[in-house]
Amino acid sequence: MGIIHTSRIKSPWIIHFDNSSCNGCDIEALACLTPLYDVERFGIVNMGNPKHADVLVITGPVNYRTARVLKNLYAQIPDPKMVIAVGTCACSGGVFHNCYNILGGVDKVVPVDVYVPGCAARPEAIIDGVVLALQKLAQAQGVAK
Amino acid sequence: MAPRTIAPFGPQHPVLPEPIQLKITYEDEKVVDVLPAIGYGHRGIEKACELNEYPKNIYLCERICGICSCIHGITYCEVVERLWPVEIPPRAKFLRTIWSEMSRTHSHLLWLGLLADAFGFESMFMQFWRIREKVLDLLEMTAGQRVTQSISVIGGVRRDLNGEQKKKCIEVLKEVRKESEALIGVLANDYTVKARTVGKGVLSKDQAIALGCAGPTLRASGVCEDCRMQKYQAYGDLEFEPIVETAGDSYARAVVRARETLQAIDLQLEALGKLPAGDINVSVKGNPPANEAIFRSEQPRGEVFYYAKGNGTRNLERLRVRTPTYANIPSLLVMLPGCELADVPIIALSIDPCISCTER
Ligand code: SF4
Repeated sequence: MGIIHTSRIKSPWIIHFDNSSCNGCDIEALACLTPLYDVERFGIVNMGNPKHADVLVITGPVNYRTARVLKNLYAQIPDPKMVIAVGTCACSGGVFHNCYNILGGVDKVVPVDVYVPGCAARPEAIIDGVVLALQKLAQAQGVAK
Repeated sequence: MAPRTIAPFGPQHPVLPEPIQLKITYEDEKVVDVLPAIGYGHRGIEKACELNEYPKNIYLCERICGICSCIHGITYCEVVERLWPVEIPPRAKFLRTIWSEMSRTHSHLLWLGLLADAFGFESMFMQFWRIREKVLDLLEMTAGQRVTQSISVIGGVRRDLNGEQKKKCIEVLKEVRKESEALIGVLANDYTVKARTVGKGVLSKDQAIALGCAGPTLRASGVCEDCRMQKYQAYGDLEFEPIVETAGDSYARAVVRARETLQAIDLQLEALGKLPAGDINVSVKGNPPANEAIFRSEQPRGEVFYYAKGNGTRNLERLRVRTPTYANIPSLLVMLPGCELADVPIIALSIDPCISCTER
């Protein structure tokens, strides 16, 4: 196992994309980075550039306009990558399921590895989701966690 | 003439977590033109509200925006109550005010943190968000949720505050006030902060009025306009004076929000002290009559306007929401041209854009 494989698991870089969420889950995802939850101590860093990222954190349901942006973003992230859908509306459309501009959950457009339900999802749940995603990645690469 | 370049700012950008796109044309390092492209966050909530029953719309309206969700829910209830009309008990009015101000505190602290982050003052960002967590804990203790509180129902509020919770609120709010005061002192006097914000994105009083700006963006340009001056809910019984600055630059907008944070805490403390006894809601049965109503209230970002039309059935005929960011986006077209490219994130952030509100 090379150093890159190991460090990908030990220090994943995440990128956050907001489809058309209500912001509730975005600010909870951002709250994970701040002192009370502080995921940086696990090596999780928030990135602005998809080409640097390993984990794509998506909040909000997909609508007709963001679907293209999301596909584009997904395609720019280098393999292996993990996708986490944060919030009930990212998982299934949630409260917005019968809005006319909504396609549905994120999985309508890109493959999702971990679903984090909750409206809004609590920071603890989001951290749990990232950890689960990493376990999945480790298994896929045959790296001991 | 130097060659012109067009750069997209968004829809995915580290400074703004939300999807908005600004197409920025620049020459050397100077911005010459800006074209905002909105529509990424559109869901169609207004239409969906016509499909649900009245009480269910509260949850949908709260999810217009997750940061000021509490006030969206309350404003929806207020406008629907005006269709009958229903008079809510005084205790419910006070509780609504307390929760509104609590969400204003958390929203402003969040924004102050993001501003610090926008110019790379990472430790201040962390400090503001650390303080904000205390306010969120209070919200969780009193309303049961950190972000989308859903405390308002048609006819009053869903939860009451008991003596112990009240005591805890007062204690924590005082602590939050002391800590934010210290931090705001740094923000207002720090050399780097001033260097990045003073004189950036100036909006004159006349421009602000002509463009129809709202909220802190308007008040930072010297216009004394605040919906809370209508004395709705409990504001008539509290000491309230709008906060106005005159410089109209990004710094003035930061100072307005910083001072409003402290003011919101004072209002909560005062309201907690004056909280009247009594019921927290009146039971409202049946469907509202065919009628129209409007209600305006003050969000952290400015004035929000709700219009509702009932037709005597279980569903609304029409709901219309006008949000403060929609009023504030045109001001970017005046503020951005002529600024340095590096100042774009700060100026764009200084109107506190909330895209999910704007596009719904
Ligand atoms: S799950 Fe709920 S809180 Fe989160 S973005 Fe969707 S509507 Fe907002």
